[in-house]
Amino acid sequence: MLTLHPALRDKIVAHARADHPDEACGVIAGPAGQDRPERFIPMLNAQRSPTFYEFDSMELFRVWREMDDRDEEPAVIYHSHTATEAYPSRTDISYANEPGAHYVLVSTRDPDTAEFRSFRIVDGTVTEEEVRITDDVLGDPSHTPAGPGLE
Amino acid sequence: MAIEVRIPTILRTYTGGAKAVEGSGATIAELIGDLDARYGGLRDRLQDEAGLRRFVNVYLNDEDVRFLGGLETPVKDGDTVTVLPAVAGGAG
Repeated sequence: MLTLHPALRDKIVAHARADHPDEACGVIAGPAGQDRPERFIPMLNAQRSPTFYEFDSMELFRVWREMDDRDEEPAVIYHSHTATEAYPSRTDISYANEPGAHYVLVSTRDPDTAEFRSFRIVDGTVTEEEVRITDDVLGDPSHTPAGPGLE
Repeated sequence: MAIEVRIPTILRTYTGGAKAVEGSGATIAELIGDLDARYGGLRDRLQDEAGLRRFVNVYLNDEDVRFLGGLETPVKDGDTVTVLPAVAGGAG
């Protein structure tokens, strides 16, 4: 199950809407080993494509080094699909290399509603999980500063 | 000679769980060969017939080696090499 503060859910959806029709992507970091997504880090989609995303390699390096220094992990890795459902594609599964992360998918194919779903992807197997949006979480992540992807 | 190599979560099954290992070599290619001799199968995850795998990022200190010399990038004692799988995907 993914437990997420509503402010973080809103930030993910807003990022996806802002980048539509290109796919948006990013991370929510949290303290290592605690399954607590807290720090929203939108990332640049280096492919700038409506059907592919890839973190820029130097941003990836900086963000992963920063998480390591702060004893954090990528609790959530999110991206959007802009014309198809919010379900992991074969490509999504091939490149899912963080077995501890919640893989969040948003679909912006409908202008009025955003589909928001979460999955575990481990050893090529996708398992959908419940998403619990609640502000009953430790700390208040609604005021975290924006990361490298947005100015 | 010691070059620190930082190993991503997904490849720690090859290193017995170690986040960082030491290796030696004059180039990235030699370093990978040296690691593969002790952690069999690691080379295959990092390179294919064409060179470094497209969706694996390798950094020498703070630079992506694809902007240096790829597999032929020289390395020296005291360098840190970091491996990070690409974070990628998409509907297409």
